[in-house]
Amino acid sequence: MLNQNQKLNPKLLDKDVEQVPIRFGYGEGLLKAGEENENVVALCADLTDSTKTSTFSKKFPERFVEMGIGEQSMASVASGMAAMGKVPFIASYAMFSPGRNWEQIRTTICYNNSNVKVAGAHAGISVGPDGGTHQAIEDIAITRVIPRMNVVVPCDSVEAKKATYASSKIEEPFYLRFAREPTPIVTTEESPFEVGKANLLRDAKNPQVAIIACGPSVYNSLMVAEELSREGIECLVLNNHTIKPMDETSVIDVARRAGRVVTVEEHQVKGGMGSAVAEVLVKNYPVFMEFVGVEDKFGQSGTQEELVEHYGMGISGIKEAVKRVINK
Amino acid sequence: MANLLDEKVKFLEEKANDIRRSIVEMLLEAGSGHSAGPLGMADIFTLLYFHVLKHDPKNLGWPERDRVILSNGHICPVLYAAMAHSGYFPVEELKTLRKFGSRLQGHPHREWLPGIETSSGPLGSGLSQAVGMAIGNRMNDGQSDDKWFYCLMGDGELDCGQVWEAVMMAGRDKLHNIIGIIDRNNIQIDGFTEDIMPLDSLRDKFESFNWHVLEVDGHNFESVNDAIGQAQAMFSKPSVIIAHTIPGKGVEFMERKFEWHGKSPNADEAKEALNQLRTLGGKIKSEHE
Repeated sequence: MLNQNQKLNPKLLDKDVEQVPIRFGYGEGLLKAGEENENVVALCADLTDSTKTSTFSKKFPERFVEMGIGEQSMASVASGMAAMGKVPFIASYAMFSPGRNWEQIRTTICYNNSNVKVAGAHAGISVGPDGGTHQAIEDIAITRVIPRMNVVVPCDSVEAKKATYASSKIEEPFYLRFAREPTPIVTTEESPFEVGKANLLRDAKNPQVAIIACGPSVYNSLMVAEELSREGIECLVLNNHTIKPMDETSVIDVARRAGRVVTVEEHQVKGGMGSAVAEVLVKNYPVFMEFVGVEDKFGQSGTQEELVEHYGMGISGIKEAVKRVINK
Repeated sequence: MANLLDEKVKFLEEKANDIRRSIVEMLLEAGSGHSAGPLGMADIFTLLYFHVLKHDPKNLGWPERDRVILSNGHICPVLYAAMAHSGYFPVEELKTLRKFGSRLQGHPHREWLPGIETSSGPLGSGLSQAVGMAIGNRMNDGQSDDKWFYCLMGDGELDCGQVWEAVMMAGRDKLHNIIGIIDRNNIQIDGFTEDIMPLDSLRDKFESFNWHVLEVDGHNFESVNDAIGQAQAMFSKPSVIIAHTIPGKGVEFMERKFEWHGKSPNADEAKEALNQLRTLGGKIKSEHE
């Protein structure tokens, strides 16, 4: 059953559940952070509206820096601004930031220990018709390996707002990952959120499998758990929004309780959130695992639903993975 | 910033010579590192740290200090030597360059050695950081604030596209507090810059991006000092000083040789180099001969 303590969207399981692009939460969280702290500034590389940086730049035009299409310079300019006491948020599509400017993020932000937040919009396969060039499905891997970098992947726009705001309060580099398309609202303003603390969204008395998910995959995972429950298979669902630092206690706890784990993410299986979970479990509580994600492939054009289904992260793909892991 | 009197020029020449000797000694001790660039930039670093900069080696967090952004981090021996000789840390510590646990990392790290503004090594990102600092500073302290952001760049690193992203932006935003100084020594690891990837006309390139361009002999203290003075008087655009320097300056067998870009002297070479520096290239008699 849904965990009451999580105060989730009461209409979560309805067919007409409200859907909002996760990136919208970035704009709202940035605005809130900016209203509280005059040192919060925003930079964007010619994608001000679609990254929702515009929510901030309209209110605080004097604290917004238009970079043009220069993601590499954007990372380093932000580092320089942080050196002058600013709290810069830089935004582009994840494919370009942290995709194109990885070394600048590593050296001038993380190695320098600069208080810069990197917001990657349009991440994941669900970007849709733009095709493979624009579908960042390697960004979790390349950011989580950089020392000092925090990596957060919110499951909906409400959580994205909280994550963005929370990152402004922590003087460390962050990577915040957002999806493009409308995504069902899972959480509410009242739902708990803390960087580095995973949330158990679905609980069960005798769980057979723990589904650990992040980003838009959290909703699909909850739908799968609901359907399987009707078939007599009970699953825990953990919203593992913070890939780094990972909430090891919660991850180990659900693995211990269920004895089997399936990870779900819109990302390459290699190096992603599932790999990070495996790193924790292998060392502490090894269990059979299945990894749902993109299997060493590039994406292509299509609708959100077509792509998520085709690459195995849809309802049927997750269901099959759960059944596979039970039969191990 | 004051004009240079003859007496000050003599003082700076002697300091630059001390710094060159330290560079050779530390590179010998380290057994690796870059020789030509640091020696070629010794005069400019001496001028900065002993005449131009508004800084206080005993008060590193002083908010009003000028910022030195070393973009071509591989010439850090000259930065370390200038900092040590101007009182940031003991000159003796220079011998720890590139050693395990040393604050003097092979490429500069701002956390390991306080007083350094940015970590650098991968080329091409210093100017962007200077742009960020200048924009942040303008937001904090307004358009007419008189902190200066000296961004030192190599000419080879101008091959990097990121430099031109920052050049374009500094010109657009008229960031007059930025004074770029380019070590125009014409060499990079694989050869001469004009053979590898031609940069000329650098003046035209920068001017077309709305920069004020000055060209000087990078070994003439008065010329460089005058150029910095002019750059500070320029309120409507960023300035760049193209400093023509001789790589390996002061050590005859290293001068103008791109082979000395990325290597350090062995014991015999260092002995010969120190002897030349001690005698100011034969101008004075060495007391150690």
